[in-house]
Amino acid sequence: MDNTISTGMNRTGLDMAPLSKGTMVSFAQQEGQRAPADTEAMAELRKTYALEADRVGSVPVPAKLKGMASTMMDTLKGNKPSVLLDKLGERAAYERTGVRLYEALILKVSAASSGPMVDTAALMRIRDDEESHFHMVAKCIAELGADPTAMTPCADISGVAALGHLQVMTDPRTTVAQALNSILMIELGDNAGWDLLIELANDMGHTEMAQQFTVALETERQHLQTVQGWLRQAVLEEAT
Amino acid sequence: MAINLLQDRGTALDQQRFTWKELVQKPISKLDDDAFTRIRVILMNGVELDALRLKQVLLRMNREARVPIAQLMRVEQHQATAINWMLSADHSPLETTIAYEQVAIEVTASVAQLEPDPYMAQGYRFGLLEDFDHLYRYSALMDRLEGKDANNIVQGYTDIVPGRPTLVHHRAPENELMEPYPRDAQLATKLHAITLVGGEYQTHDYYMNIGPVFADPVARLLYAEIASVESQHITHYGSMLNPDESPLEKLMLHEAAEVWNYAACAEQETNPRLKTLWERFLDYELGHFQVAMQLFKDTERRDPAEVLGDGKLPAFIQYKSQRDFVRKTLAEVPLRKDGTQFVDEDAEAVSSLAYRNHMNSQGSPSNSVSGGYQWTPGTELNRNMLPTTQPATA
Repeated sequence: MDNTISTGMNRTGLDMAPLSKGTMVSFAQQEGQRAPADTEAMAELRKTYALEADRVGSVPVPAKLKGMASTMMDTLKGNKPSVLLDKLGERAAYERTGVRLYEALILKVSAASSGPMVDTAALMRIRDDEESHFHMVAKCIAELGADPTAMTPCADISGVAALGHLQVMTDPRTTVAQALNSILMIELGDNAGWDLLIELANDMGHTEMAQQFTVALETERQHLQTVQGWLRQAVLEEAT
Repeated sequence: MAINLLQDRGTALDQQRFTWKELVQKPISKLDDDAFTRIRVILMNGVELDALRLKQVLLRMNREARVPIAQLMRVEQHQATAINWMLSADHSPLETTIAYEQVAIEVTASVAQLEPDPYMAQGYRFGLLEDFDHLYRYSALMDRLEGKDANNIVQGYTDIVPGRPTLVHHRAPENELMEPYPRDAQLATKLHAITLVGGEYQTHDYYMNIGPVFADPVARLLYAEIASVESQHITHYGSMLNPDESPLEKLMLHEAAEVWNYAACAEQETNPRLKTLWERFLDYELGHFQVAMQLFKDTERRDPAEVLGDGKLPAFIQYKSQRDFVRKTLAEVPLRKDGTQFVDEDAEAVSSLAYRNHMNSQGSPSNSVSGGYQWTPGTELNRNMLPTTQPATA
């Protein structure tokens, strides 16, 4: 794949239809008077549904006795362990999808025949880091007596949010620079996610867990810097 | 060279083969390909899916034709796949929806002008004004949900303004029917109706599948409402088909419709890769037509010329902007239905009014989504940035 974007016959803008441009706009202005008058109805509908909505689902109750005890203790301390379990589930899902996103990026880089390049060995190391983070979080969930294979609500929603990035990464037509832009957003979210998880774990008295997460965050910060550097280099190189 | 259904044999059915790689080729470009290339892709997918639909019914009704029907369906399944997979993954479901409505508008407008039977032509103009309104409602949704300009999809070929308001499309089932074309109708009349049924069917099925994909309740509502109208349109166009045609006569006519459509696509396609595909499938369909014609002759002992006349193809759908015709047709917005007849607004069947009043009694999704909406280049966020222009002449 030629790994750059060039100028060409893009037909999406109105300037590409010079003969119909004026009449299309003026006809829309003229006929726009027939639009329904109530401009608030859409927002009202959304509010009604928001008030009636259920949540996407629940955090599963830890099955093991140890987990139950821990849950009870935290409840006594006034904490809701379900929040920690939900966010741990989210982190595990995010890291697991992250592995697949990096694998898709590695493939894209390998298939690029020209244009900006990225070191695949470095990409592979990041991919492996994401996998080890996934295993580490899954272990933490299990140690709390919960099921690391369950999809928690935050894990589910983070999967919804990742759909666009998966589309960008796996489309054979996207360039390395476009894919790096997507992975940068993933890394920014990942950094913020770890940051919050450390605070939450500390807050709930899981200091040992928080220490492991701090090490993971440091690695993620390096990923972020690396990806930012690659993207900057790729875009500047393409522009020259 | 002009194609003749009774003379051109195309590619023999047993020579029609695919690999998976052929089914999944490089897609078209949403940004660079002409909108009419996408229109042809969507329409032909609809025609092929309808070919499969008809054959699955025929399979249940024709013991002696089971093997050839199964053979034809295998090829048509793969034709539909090769065509539909031409749509690129950067189309959001709403962008594809805008493209579907553009197909309905531009193709129906062309067919309405080609149609020799004035009653049928009225039927096409009637449906046209409803799909035209759907484009406007979906454009409002896309602008307000995704922040995108529908003109990026329609590329200046199609106006984005209200048609017959979707709010009043909801009719009682008995008022959805049309009188069928007579058995001795011109071939053009038969092929037009077959093509439009296929187009509407796939639009309905697409909306039924992607409606629940949306998180936004307003989008879910709008898809529910318009899918219902598309279901009505299937009945509207489907009831144009003559119910007294024999099953094998219907099979032969459907194959003729496919030949006629591929020939039009091949003639007018601007993308060389797609042109090659249309030409290949034109030859495949001529091969299918041979099989259907043989079944008709062997089983019914009738002369295909009874149905097809001299075998010449009628004038093709014109893949070009039908803006002027659509604007003129807007004068027919007040038309309504009473049974199979078109009537003035104040003479609409009472049963439709009762049905509609109940359906809309908890609000109208299509009205809610488009409150105050006026299409503006670059989305309505640009509205105050544009100068007010003089009224357009229709």
